[in-house]
Amino acid sequence: MTTHTKGTGLKWVGRAIRRLEDPALITGQGRFTADLPAVHRVRFVRSSVAAGKIKKIAAPQDAMVITAADLRAVKKITPMLHKFNYKPVGQPVLGEGVVRFVGEPLAAVVAASEAAAEDIADLVDITIDETAPVIDARDALAPGAPQIHAEAPGNVILEGKFKSPEFDTVWKTAAKIIKLEARSHRQNATPMEARAGHAAYDAASGRVTLTCTTQMPHVMRTAIADMLDMREADLRVIAPDVGGGFGQKISLCAEYVVLVWLARKLKSSVAWTEDRRENLIAGFHSRDQYIALEGAFDKDAKLLALRADIATNIGAYSCFPTTCGVEPLMAMAEMPGPYDVKQYECLARGVITNTCTMAPYRGVSRPVITFTLERLMDKAASAFKIDPIDIRRRSLIGKFPYTSAMGLVYDEATYKETLEMAVKAIDVPAFRARQKAARTKGRHLGIGFATFSERTGYGSPAFAARGMEITPGWETVILTVDPSGFVEVRIGSSPHGQGLRTTLAQIIADEIGVTPDIIKVVHGDTDTSPYGWGTFASRSLVISGGATLIAAQKVRAKLIKIASHMLEAAPGDIVLADGAAKVAGTDRSISIAKMAREAYTQTHRFKGEIEPGMTETGTYDPPGTFSNACHVAIVEVDVETGHVTVEKFLVAEDAGRIINPMIADGQVHGGIAQGIGNALLEEIIYDESGGILTANLADYMPPTAHEIPDIELHHIETPSANSITKAKGLGEGGCIGAPAAVINAINDALTPFGVAIDEIPATPQRIRAALRAKEQAA
Amino acid sequence: MKPAAFIRHVPRTLDEALKILAQVAPQDGRILAGGQSLVPIMAFRLAKPAHLVDINEVEGLDHVASDGQILSIGARVRHAAFHKSVLDNPLGKLLAYVARHIAHYPIRMRGTFCGSLAHADPSAEWCLVAATLDATMVAKSTRGSRPIAAKDFFEGIMSTALAEDELLAEVHLPLLPADAKFGFNEFSRRAGDFAMAAALVTYRLANGKIADARVGVGGAEPAPRRIAQAEAALNGQAPSDKIFRAAAEAAAKAIDPLEDHQTTGEYRRDLVRAVVRRALEHSHP
Repeated sequence: MTTHTKGTGLKWVGRAIRRLEDPALITGQGRFTADLPAVHRVRFVRSSVAAGKIKKIAAPQDAMVITAADLRAVKKITPMLHKFNYKPVGQPVLGEGVVRFVGEPLAAVVAASEAAAEDIADLVDITIDETAPVIDARDALAPGAPQIHAEAPGNVILEGKFKSPEFDTVWKTAAKIIKLEARSHRQNATPMEARAGHAAYDAASGRVTLTCTTQMPHVMRTAIADMLDMREADLRVIAPDVGGGFGQKISLCAEYVVLVWLARKLKSSVAWTEDRRENLIAGFHSRDQYIALEGAFDKDAKLLALRADIATNIGAYSCFPTTCGVEPLMAMAEMPGPYDVKQYECLARGVITNTCTMAPYRGVSRPVITFTLERLMDKAASAFKIDPIDIRRRSLIGKFPYTSAMGLVYDEATYKETLEMAVKAIDVPAFRARQKAARTKGRHLGIGFATFSERTGYGSPAFAARGMEITPGWETVILTVDPSGFVEVRIGSSPHGQGLRTTLAQIIADEIGVTPDIIKVVHGDTDTSPYGWGTFASRSLVISGGATLIAAQKVRAKLIKIASHMLEAAPGDIVLADGAAKVAGTDRSISIAKMAREAYTQTHRFKGEIEPGMTETGTYDPPGTFSNACHVAIVEVDVETGHVTVEKFLVAEDAGRIINPMIADGQVHGGIAQGIGNALLEEIIYDESGGILTANLADYMPPTAHEIPDIELHHIETPSANSITKAKGLGEGGCIGAPAAVINAINDALTPFGVAIDEIPATPQRIRAALRAKEQAA
Repeated sequence: MKPAAFIRHVPRTLDEALKILAQVAPQDGRILAGGQSLVPIMAFRLAKPAHLVDINEVEGLDHVASDGQILSIGARVRHAAFHKSVLDNPLGKLLAYVARHIAHYPIRMRGTFCGSLAHADPSAEWCLVAATLDATMVAKSTRGSRPIAAKDFFEGIMSTALAEDELLAEVHLPLLPADAKFGFNEFSRRAGDFAMAAALVTYRLANGKIADARVGVGGAEPAPRRIAQAEAALNGQAPSDKIFRAAAEAAAKAIDPLEDHQTTGEYRRDLVRAVVRRALEHSHP
């Protein structure tokens, strides 16, 4: 019998096979929401005012324009948290009475074409009595600030507090207290495909099919059916090919609810394709945070205690299903990062403002807290006059399982080992020599390190701990070997670029002895996929992968039973490999295809000992596992213009067992590109009146290939005991570590000038302003 | 992001184009050449022209020709035409060097030299070239043809001396002296973005001293222009780091900087100082 040891059973897992999903995508055969024909096109008329009372919405004659007045029976989007003094606030799908941010949809125009709908939208006459908007979280917290929702006094929608029992005692023993005020400006996840929805009514069944670009088709169905008081069976939600999500497509869009309502009302098909301007204004934002962080260190520069005050700007409403708690609560729970620090005090607030609603974006808070904590470590190193690498060595977690101050259990990882691996690979002494030589020529190079943990693949208890009403933890997989011998696996996850069709096939192939090319992964359709939570939070390979392994183990057991029966051999002598069951040490074998056929067509032969058919279900709800990495950036800062060039980026990372090294590397590469964008370029800017100044991709600046350097990757594989495939998640790590490494490198480069950059993005304007202030003071 | 309805006219001759333009100009008729600026503006509905006079089929506007004194560039000539030097004169190398800084390759394949000037974005590279080299714009309409000097042509941000019924039919660039040196430098946050400041310099050396210096600055003011103070700092001086710095400082002082939400006047001056000095330091050949 084959066993799971290298060299025998594991022939597909661990190999960089090409992605099975790619041929269709790269030959233009992908199917995206906007490709679907529709009878009616919808244009949303959005508020150009950040705050005010709606006095009038008047449509041109004969135009079909829907407003809140038409949608009285539709429930508001009202996500719920049962902890942290959360104040539930409701979001009407179209603005009702009050507007709360620029971009809020106020009316839906229905016309025969997109251009015609835009023509009518231009003529919709809206009068709003403007009131003073509140844009910045600190302004919203100030006494006397305008109240945005009556339910949330002081504009605080949620308040997380934590303090270790011995905090004050330990704090007093500190040799040094290091303080940092960090600011992360607002960003947009910027998926290549913006949002899009298509709702079609089927007269024969009375059902509506909503095709939309979502990461969570089942959750969308549940939510929209609730809001429209429909039976869930009357709504089918399809996520076809989805052009990137990065978290932005987790949340329920009010626009999709309107589309389903319209399809039912018109008994027809309606479609909306968001344009880039709408996406940048109204398609969810993130990372808008202030963090004041203090660290207490002992005389040996070991971190003893951390105190954090976190204010996250959650925008005008709370996103569904995660709620706006995702950012403040993630920041609170994971602020201590990879360090052994048992004493912790934190205040984390979600603050309502007249800005676009916050929603998860790849990394959720961790790019910000990692940047903040890693800046603190560098500042402490400087205060203690020791090397930034050395100060990390003194505090990184090294014994497992490790229980954090707040009770998170870290499984085995390699925080120290990845740091040492990165330090060796980057050749720090050689860099320091190069840096010194460059400085004599007026060139300013810097090196920055970031060590971090990446909590991945967490199951429902982790969400329950946050008090979430919806705990999207588990996954189900239904695996079928059909009568032709092909394998079809239906999953509740909803991949959109992660390569899950390939990696799940690799897991199954090893388990039941077939090749990945005969395995088809079916996802993204509530009619054909089991209920599941979609793809987000670096969860799918761990959770859906685990469920897949469980289902495959069951199929394997059944195949062995059938083979044992048909080959008249002991189950222990059966080997599954090369598409067949063989009796070890003999030339007797039977193909899996033949066994599958018999399992359907010749069930009488198994005398009731084997259930008919060849379908097995696996469900998995893991405790969660921590990946980790050390990122290193080398930058050059042009001190005359403030421009930063990232010259080199190096990663030493550990995400447990790697199922497909090429896909793993791709995830890290993409994350780092986004992280570099976050560190240097990307910023949603509001003016004082709440208008957005960055509503196109010339003003809102994702990086291009020119701005991304070569990335050198090194891996350690520490099999996770908290994941039955031994794999950890790695979807977010790239963007978690990169901003910290880049900003630390900038600060290292600027050491001779005595300036500190504690703000992302570190734009050339900000870098020059800091340098100019020093020049003028001198 | 769908433009408002418009009528597209496709004339085959210049006369026909000018006649149509004369008719439709009062109804916000616009010329469509490469469309790399106009079409996005229409998609955002920041412009809603009722008529577009598409000159892409007009014969005789695709010439790049030199008579030994000037280089004539017709209204249909794309940016990409300058990827390689178009003539055996330092001007050819200058245009090739600058062309590679314009946006991205697909845009250069479609956008036109004259269209860029008529659009008059303050940061456009070709506008800086025209202003620095004192180009002459040839405006044509049914009323006739008239030359417009570059210093009179650029009136402000996306604003030119062209009348609404005039087509910028061609541009005349004076050839550079055979011994001319040139330098170009621009600053943008990402490769291919609009320059936040750009400088183009040309000069000759006479007995080891700088002569006929031209220093143009773009992207920093509502329109690109020559900066006399910087030129004065150079002329008659031997090239040196000190002189280049003095010229850069003079340019930084002389400008009336554009400001926006992110970019202060001080920062714009920082950039001008940097791009002028770098253009001078890295002059060709």
